Amino acid sequence: MSDLFEDATPPGNAPEYTVSELSGAVKRVIEGEFGLVRVRGEVGRVSKPSSGHLYFDLKDDRSVIAAISWKGQVAKMQVRPEEGMEVIATGRMTTFPGQSKYQIIVEDVQLAGAGALMALLEKRRVALAAEGLFDAARKKAIPFLPGVIGVVTSPSGAVIRDILHRLADRFPRHVLIWPVAVQGANCAAEVAAAIRGFNALAPGGPVPRPDLIIVARGGGSLEDLWGFNEEIVVRAAADSAIPLISAVGHETDTTLIDFASDRRAPTPTAAAEMAVPVRMDLLAALDGQGARLSRGVAQAVGLRGQRLRDLARALPRLDALTQGPAQRFDLWSGRLGGALGVAVARKRGRLDPLAALLRPRMLADLAARGRERLADRARLLEAAETRRSARAAERLHGLAARLAPALSRLLADATRQTARDRAALLALEARLDAAPAQRLAVLAGRLDALERMRQTLGYAETLRRGYAVVRGDGAVVTTKAAAERAQALEVEFADGRLALGARPARRRKADDAPGQGSLL
Amino acid sequence: MAEKPVADMTFEEAMAALEQVVGALEKGDVPLDQSIALYERGAALKAHCAGKLKDAEAKVELIRAAEGRAVGTVPAEGM
Repeated sequence: MSDLFEDATPPGNAPEYTVSELSGAVKRVIEGEFGLVRVRGEVGRVSKPSSGHLYFDLKDDRSVIAAISWKGQVAKMQVRPEEGMEVIATGRMTTFPGQSKYQIIVEDVQLAGAGALMALLEKRRVALAAEGLFDAARKKAIPFLPGVIGVVTSPSGAVIRDILHRLADRFPRHVLIWPVAVQGANCAAEVAAAIRGFNALAPGGPVPRPDLIIVARGGGSLEDLWGFNEEIVVRAAADSAIPLISAVGHETDTTLIDFASDRRAPTPTAAAEMAVPVRMDLLAALDGQGARLSRGVAQAVGLRGQRLRDLARALPRLDALTQGPAQRFDLWSGRLGGALGVAVARKRGRLDPLAALLRPRMLADLAARGRERLADRARLLEAAETRRSARAAERLHGLAARLAPALSRLLADATRQTARDRAALLALEARLDAAPAQRLAVLAGRLDALERMRQTLGYAETLRRGYAVVRGDGAVVTTKAAAERAQALEVEFADGRLALGARPARRRKADDAPGQGSLL
Repeated sequence: MAEKPVADMTFEEAMAALEQVVGALEKGDVPLDQSIALYERGAALKAHCAGKLKDAEAKVELIRAAEGRAVGTVPAEGM
């Protein structure tokens, strides 16, 4: 080669390439030489821009090759490259002329052997455990008798049938199956969505909220079960508010969901056994409790009845109870009579000395002293009375002496008064006698005067002067017409009356009229 | 014990309460009138449990999901 370069150093007739021509030539050589290769290495830096393509490095201890998976290829991959993964990548070599780069277009990635896959699993488990997702404190108790059981699994296949059969054997329940793909690219996303979907159900909604979730899948290879190791599934199981039983694979298979679930069942059938109790056992237990309950209450009553009878037997007879007190009563009542006598004697002993002191002379002395005191008092009383009488007599004499002059004075006054009264009476008597005579004289005078006046004014005097009064039929006639009508007329003169006319005297009224008329 | 109404109890609670009642009765140190009340409570608990056990009908449905939400169910055939 050095010879060649030395030869080429001077300008020769070697053809000149453009950069693109040379890049294209290199591309053709590389693509032709490495049409399809498998390369083993560790995944280095991984980047996934929004375009969806995946860029990563494959490396070993000395070299690095850039790798690309286009979007469509990424979607089909069973295993997504992650940094640190030991993988076998299958793809085609090519170049990127724009950057003078050669690279491998990776179509498929497989983990480099079971050991490597297990290592990845372990690494992920440690990381999630560090977050606390697998803590024992997070585990919820499985309900004793769930009403509704949600099962996340494939609706076809043996798994769901095993579960349903075992449930039916033990305790038939309401089962909701959320169908999911249990392997392949969509497995993890669907299982996670189903777990979250069950949790999103509201109690009392149209779709009942399960009391328990079972996530189940039958046995398979590590790769088949890989979806249950995905972080989204693990997180969904850990977040589930509904208690969750995982039953993925066979007993020897362990997936990460088993760590996050509340209980791990080795098989789907075992999950059903964990989920519900055996109804028949419960019925038997309940019957047993019922029998014990009845027996218990019967025993409670019976024991007390027995106890009552025992106590009744132990109760002593009534006379046995009274015998003792009766005897005591007899004893004390017997002693009562004697005790009274003793008590009286004792009292009498105290009375006697006192009675001896009580003699008649003592009483006489007492009376004499009393009498003496009484006489003293009487004497004092007498003297006081005499003094009081003398004083009274004295006052009486004084008053009597004053009485006689007073009396004579009173008498003289009365005599004088009587004389005065008598004189007044006589005067009044005299006036009384004189008064009617005077009055009579006055009245007689006035009467004479009035008579005189009467005679002057009356028609009798007129008659004496020559006048006459004509009467017809008894009444005074003053007109000629009246006189003509009258039956008889009567003419009165000073010295008597003259009847005129033919009429008899009995028609005296007619007599007046002619008299009257002649007068006129 | 907390006097939760029997009707609100789960099977397990009712069963536990029943066992307690039976135990208390069998010990025989409850007053007689209380033991009658206990018996009645026990009988109610037993009836409640028996009702829960009787209510054992198998029903299997498939969830119809749309965008991650359960929107309904369809009866599962042939299982």
